[in-house]
Amino acid sequence: MPKLPILGDTSSISENGLAGFDHNFLTGKIEDLVKWSRTRSMWPATFGLACCALEMMATGAAHYDLSRWGMEVFRASPRQADLMIVAGRVSQKMAPVLRQVYDQMMEPKWVISMGVCASSGGMFNNYALVQGVDQIVPVDVYAPGCPPGPETLMHAILQLHEKVENGEITRRRQEMGAGAGIMVEQRDGQTASKVIIGKRE
Amino acid sequence: MSQETERSRPEDEEVETAERVYRRGEDSAILRLSESQVQSYNPEDDRRMVINMGPQHPSTHGVLRLSLEMEGETVLRSKPIIGYLHTGMEKTGEQLSFLQGPTNVTRMDYSSPLFSELAFSLATEKLLDIEIPERATWIRMLMCELNRMSSHLLFQATNGMDIGAVGAMIYGWREREEVLRLFEKITGLRMNHNYIRPGGVAADLPDGWRDDTLQILDNLPDRLDDFDSLFTGQPIWHERLQGVGVINATECLALGITGPLLRSTGYAWDLRKDIPYLRYEEVDFDVLVGSYGDCFDRFAIRLNEIRESMRIVRQILEKMPEGDYRIQDKKVTPPPRSRIDESMEALIHHFKIFTEGFKVPAGEVYVAVESPRGELGCYMVSDGGPKPYRMHIRGPSFTNLQVLPHMLQDCLVADAVAVISTVDPIMGEVDR
Amino acid sequence: MSDEETTEGVEEIDDPNDEEIPSTVSHGQNVLHPTRENLLEVIENLRNEGFAVCIDVTAVDYLENPKRDLPITVKPERFEVVINLLSHTKRERIRLRVQVPEDEPTLPTLFDMYPGSEALEREVHDLFGIHFEGHPDMTRILMPEDWEGYPLRKDYAVGEIPVQFKEAPGS
Repeated sequence: MPKLPILGDTSSISENGLAGFDHNFLTGKIEDLVKWSRTRSMWPATFGLACCALEMMATGAAHYDLSRWGMEVFRASPRQADLMIVAGRVSQKMAPVLRQVYDQMMEPKWVISMGVCASSGGMFNNYALVQGVDQIVPVDVYAPGCPPGPETLMHAILQLHEKVENGEITRRRQEMGAGAGIMVEQRDGQTASKVIIGKRE
Repeated sequence: MSQETERSRPEDEEVETAERVYRRGEDSAILRLSESQVQSYNPEDDRRMVINMGPQHPSTHGVLRLSLEMEGETVLRSKPIIGYLHTGMEKTGEQLSFLQGPTNVTRMDYSSPLFSELAFSLATEKLLDIEIPERATWIRMLMCELNRMSSHLLFQATNGMDIGAVGAMIYGWREREEVLRLFEKITGLRMNHNYIRPGGVAADLPDGWRDDTLQILDNLPDRLDDFDSLFTGQPIWHERLQGVGVINATECLALGITGPLLRSTGYAWDLRKDIPYLRYEEVDFDVLVGSYGDCFDRFAIRLNEIRESMRIVRQILEKMPEGDYRIQDKKVTPPPRSRIDESMEALIHHFKIFTEGFKVPAGEVYVAVESPRGELGCYMVSDGGPKPYRMHIRGPSFTNLQVLPHMLQDCLVADAVAVISTVDPIMGEVDR
Repeated sequence: MSDEETTEGVEEIDDPNDEEIPSTVSHGQNVLHPTRENLLEVIENLRNEGFAVCIDVTAVDYLENPKRDLPITVKPERFEVVINLLSHTKRERIRLRVQVPEDEPTLPTLFDMYPGSEALEREVHDLFGIHFEGHPDMTRILMPEDWEGYPLRKDYAVGEIPVQFKEAPGS
């Protein structure tokens, strides 16, 4: 039997089968491997807006320790981040900024809408807030609460991990027609003018 | 540096000039250009440029945006651009009844939510002309001082992180968690408590609150000493903070600055001491002042105010009276749960209070409390109905932000981070 | 509530040559009612009296409820700008309520006396549409620059969006 450089001495394979290998190895589909590595090194972008940002920071700090899932590396630059945790209320003035940050993130990217204000406007149903961040960016997981406690956020993150592990790896959300790009008329009550947020020409 | 000093007023000292904050034109520290003008602004001097910082920036404490006019690495003029967290809370406040009001205002200053609730409740009570029970007053004081501790611990965490000492964040959050755990036990929530309400507080203190509080008070001093050994005496820390972002008392007064920023200039002004509310005249504590008005003084004042708050909390533990935690005024307080099962009237009354709310006599009032950031005021106008006709919160961060351009002038862009951090603005309160 | 009595603190402030500034006491707090014309003069005097800090500038829109607690001599208008001053030496507050008519919502700026009023006045301008003459930077502060309307006016709708149950996009 020829000697394979990777496997080392293979002479005992014929006698002992796979148990005769010198090295341990795993078998699996490349797709699973990609998905597995994506979930184990998901870096969030710092997108703290309001109250929820404090709970997001608390989740990252010593007591709740987000690094147990390899996620403590909050990236200040959206280009290095995989996940945007929209933590807090999104105002009309902030909405274009949020969309721009999202656009600057590299695919694949995910969004967690943290707290009721980001998810639906929460208790502030008025002229100033975007009623749900899913009108601007596609949201993968909604975390309920005002603000969601660190446990809720961790649960949301684990849900997202599960989603990534069980989803497709080459899906592009723009083609799927998901969330992003929806034109929203934000009624400000008095004037006929409308703020259009969404896909730019 | 920060110990009790005698009351000093500006006339006692040599006159400091505040001329620079009155400037209007090009020589002012404020870059008075609108957002669109800034983008097309092209200075004649080639060495100058305008750079944008924020609103999504790791060290601007939330969604603060700054336009900085730079010459090399030196900041010449700057302007804070705010409104990225404008939530329309004052408009929403007009839609909510007086009982629901604290739910709304508590989300303004999210690092010290109980103070906004307190200001709102005090204003409503003043309009109603009611006197709340002793125990409720002392519970309010207890919660507020604990909240001041957690807020200043948060400052230590974020300030350290902004300047590059990530360890501070770990320690600051660890200590803050202890306080938040107590809050969760007492109010049911870690943040945004809606605990202090017109007429008293939402619930009585739970069993074991005294032991839990004592545990915090016993653990914290050692850990605060850790902060001292890690930061206060450290040469790098001195280099980064001392002599940076200096402001004097006269300028602070002209700009309407309150809280630790004002006290860092050596001007002892604390509403708890000077215009006491609740029962602050019955507890003994010191007002801490700095002497240089720089970033280091502001850091040291906040660190030591945690110790003062602990002192106050210990006294509150001794003095906490027995009694009711909310006023037994049927107009304001819903009937107890047990009465609802027995009496139809109680059920109707309960339903009415929570659907319609209680009516508050017409009038207008301004009430202020000392929040960890300065004077937090509530201006309330009632037209006799169950909802405020106008509810305005005077957030200390909003006014304090005006000092930024003056502090930033002629300092390096790297120091700008330290300056912003020690002003400690909470954007929720700035934009409301 | 609307006692017309003048408190001691208020009497001192008035210059004997001037006509008396109408004043009220609301829940133990002193309130002055200057007109737009003599506002700066009154504030100048107060500042010399020791009211060194301008704590707050805000406004109220009395569109829906024109009745309010005012001295008889003061003619109610739609807007009311409320200025809170604080004296550290006296440990005292005083509130000024200035009537601002709807058809000409302007007021002189306090910037030259209290530079700290800059942001506060901008906020009032942004949310109520009251113009402060002589202000160095009269632009919107909280809302986007191209926003139309003044949100805290009473004729400006809250802008509630009814909650509709709809299919999640892309599901």
